[in-house]
Amino acid sequence: MTGPTIAAPPTRAPEDRAAARRRRRAEAWAEAAGAGWKVWLVKIVCLGIIDAMAVYAILVLLTKDSVVIAAVVALGILAINVVYLKPGLLPAKYLTPGLVFLFVFQIFVVLYCIYIAFTNYGSGHVSTKDDAVNALLIQNQQRVEDSAAYPMSVLEKDGALFFLVTTPDGTAEIGSADQPLEAASDAEFTGGRAATLPGYTTLNFAQLVANQATISSMAVPFSTDPNDGTLQTRDGSTAYQYVSTLVWDAAAGTMTNTQTGVVYTDNGNGSFASADGQTLATGWQVWVGVDNFVRAFSTESIRGPFLAVLVWTFVFAILSVATTFALGLFLAIVFNDPRMKSKKYYRVIMILPYAFPAFLSALVWQGMFNQDFGFINQSILGGASIPWLQDPLLAKVSILVVNLWLGFPYMFLVTTGAIQAIPDDIQEAGRVDGAGVWQIFRHIKFPLLLVSVAPLLISSFAFNFNNFNLIYMLTGGGPRFADASINVGASDILISMVYKVAFVGAERDYGLASAFSIIIFVLVAVISYLSFRQTKVLEELN
Amino acid sequence: MKVKKKGAVALGLLVASGILALAGCSGSTTAQPTTSGDAQAATSGELTVWVDADRARALEDVAKKFEQEKGVKVNLVVKDYGKIRDEFTAQVPTGKGPDITIGGHDWIGAFVKDGIVAPVELGDKAADFEKVAIEAVTYDGKTYGLPYAIENIAVLRNTALADSTPATYDDMIAKGRAAGTEYPFVVGLDPQASDPYHLYPFQTSFGTSVFGRNADGSYDASKLSIGDEGGQKFAAWLTAQGDTGTKVLNLNLSGDLAKEAFNAGKSPYFLTGPWNVADAQKAGIDVAVDAIPTAGGGDAQPFAGVQTFFVSAKSANALIANEFLVNYIATADVQTALFKAGGRPPALTAAFDAAKSDPIVAGFAEVGANAVPMPSIPQMGSVWDDWGKTEAALIKGGGDPAAQWTQMADSIAAKLG
Repeated sequence: MTGPTIAAPPTRAPEDRAAARRRRRAEAWAEAAGAGWKVWLVKIVCLGIIDAMAVYAILVLLTKDSVVIAAVVALGILAINVVYLKPGLLPAKYLTPGLVFLFVFQIFVVLYCIYIAFTNYGSGHVSTKDDAVNALLIQNQQRVEDSAAYPMSVLEKDGALFFLVTTPDGTAEIGSADQPLEAASDAEFTGGRAATLPGYTTLNFAQLVANQATISSMAVPFSTDPNDGTLQTRDGSTAYQYVSTLVWDAAAGTMTNTQTGVVYTDNGNGSFASADGQTLATGWQVWVGVDNFVRAFSTESIRGPFLAVLVWTFVFAILSVATTFALGLFLAIVFNDPRMKSKKYYRVIMILPYAFPAFLSALVWQGMFNQDFGFINQSILGGASIPWLQDPLLAKVSILVVNLWLGFPYMFLVTTGAIQAIPDDIQEAGRVDGAGVWQIFRHIKFPLLLVSVAPLLISSFAFNFNNFNLIYMLTGGGPRFADASINVGASDILISMVYKVAFVGAERDYGLASAFSIIIFVLVAVISYLSFRQTKVLEELN
Repeated sequence: MKVKKKGAVALGLLVASGILALAGCSGSTTAQPTTSGDAQAATSGELTVWVDADRARALEDVAKKFEQEKGVKVNLVVKDYGKIRDEFTAQVPTGKGPDITIGGHDWIGAFVKDGIVAPVELGDKAADFEKVAIEAVTYDGKTYGLPYAIENIAVLRNTALADSTPATYDDMIAKGRAAGTEYPFVVGLDPQASDPYHLYPFQTSFGTSVFGRNADGSYDASKLSIGDEGGQKFAAWLTAQGDTGTKVLNLNLSGDLAKEAFNAGKSPYFLTGPWNVADAQKAGIDVAVDAIPTAGGGDAQPFAGVQTFFVSAKSANALIANEFLVNYIATADVQTALFKAGGRPPALTAAFDAAKSDPIVAGFAEVGANAVPMPSIPQMGSVWDDWGKTEAALIKGGGDPAAQWTQMADSIAAKLG
């Protein structure tokens, strides 16, 4: 699709301009319609399909009360239609599909993570209040101790359902949700089970299945005394006598324990709580504002470990970049020396650590660091018993050593490239002016090198800041902090701590983990921004 | 950061990205009873069951049978077992989850807290199951699932190196040393977390446990009993067997290394579960399974893990799901098929007795009959960390065992609040 190709006319009177604009637009439409009507047709059909799906999606979303997402989809589809139907907007026509995917797979994920950070989503708070109420009610249906099982059939009469049960002494009784059990003397038995009753229709299995929601939630009063509880069935063929310990008052929004009389009300934090602060186990997801962030910085048992982890994350990322860069640069300079023989083979060997998957290397190193059976203690240090991964300080040293091993080939590669790109005549000029080797390196090579390498150092820093694989595979974050209320250890970095808070152990706290994620994002973004501003200074060298 | 999308969100996104994903809305059941259709008509119901690959093969027959007899299609969805717990927790609240899933009984506490699992009424059928299996799935006085297999550790013995396993730990070590192998006895531990699960039978032999139990066998979170006198004795024993003592327990001998040592004939005894038997036999070891010797004089009771079928609290097919579990899965044929697929002793007594014809299974089953269910209360999550760390410190030695143990108990009590 190309736009109109009309050169802008010279300036005219305003009414002429408006007329010209109208004419241009008409011509554009005409051209769009005329220039390959097949293309136009294909476009209309494709748009039609996408629009139809979007409308369907919006309807489904509205029935599920997801108004916000429905609005987003509506806006999105509107934008797509405008882009592809309006003449011109050529860049947008090419960019839109990419933007859609960017939104779905990047921006949406980030936004959703931010949303979760402001909720209490986690163990015990995974669903809606309605679900929590239902779960509490079914959990608190207590089968009456040593009560009998009642074989049963489900009957129907005039649109109402009845339970026809066979009592332990062999008689039949019938009842419904609002009619307590009463004798049904003219019931007919098949195989020891009361099956039919004149005037009623007995439901077969297919009909049971069709009505299962009603049947499984049906409670037939056992007698006129409510304390006797109700008969309920879980499978449609056997009924049991239950008493419920919790009663839900929908109007007041309270749960009442019938045995103790304690009343539980919604405490605003996604749980039912009694007056003296006892909460019921099952809660639901609610918006908690900045609670998670406040917890991260104010709760003593989270703040201490969090700050320790934060500091170590910076130390780890900075030292990883510094050590790998230093070693990589040193080797690059050495192998760049014309006097060096067989450079090619050395270079191949240098690249090897980079060629192995980091996952695998970290696991192999973990084995080599084993205190009693590891290669390092056994073979290199002659049977020493150094707790490489068990001691907080040594674990950090081990991580840095392994990361040096994993990271120096990359730095070696990029610095080799950068050094070879520095023109010889500049260095020649330095030598003529009487500069020594060190001075040439310090004042000529290194600054020029940094111009091209500095952005890579920043990206390496960002990568190591979130280098989850290495930490997870090598130390698992251990050794653990003794005083932390969250599962976090001395060699954990922020990202591995987030992982543990969210996905390890019995207490999952997605809200807190999302809050940490946002903090990580802010930190990396700020550092990258400041660093890139610094690199501009370097570029002025050229 | 992994984000769990809500189903509706996912749908909106799929459409926005121009991918055809028209998930039909399920028709809601009306309150009006529908009595149309004759008895032979296929029902509209469908059951979705999450299983792992081994279980899926074993359940194919019973799924077909259920469809023939009841007219309800059973969809066996194969999942990676390691992901089931998280996916179930994430998907049930959105209404997209399965009707039934398999899982470990120790998830029950968390599932109940999240409100995503519904009780299963076994009625009189409960008596047909092994006692430990029913105890394991009982939570708060109700059964939250249908057990199908019991899993516990026992002592694997290399018959070429030792002709029997003595009844006491000290005798076993003596016999192990007499065998002249590199190790008298191996058990897989971890340098930082030791392994409270594998060491638990020695702990119980001192007459101590983690939590007190109610009459029905369920655990009472308000009775933290780990710090009692028996526990302190066990702590002293750990130190005596560790780096500063006999060095039998070695933290750096990980599970893999222990298995390697046993399979290479470097130890006559190996404390482990059924999952390592096949490899040992492949390595040419003639394996016998024996009871765990006592270290403290009492019964050495390991933890039993019970494999269970759970019903989702949001299942729209609760009636069929219960029918399928109670009247189809709880039969000897199906439990035996599941046993053949997984190699764990069945939970249904009839199938369990039949499975005992295999000496290996019989060996584990004998130990399992005396096992205690792994606590499934959510509070257990607060125990593992401190427990493992303290046991590792005790094996390293260098402190006062009783004081370290008491400190651990206090720390756990503080976390439980």
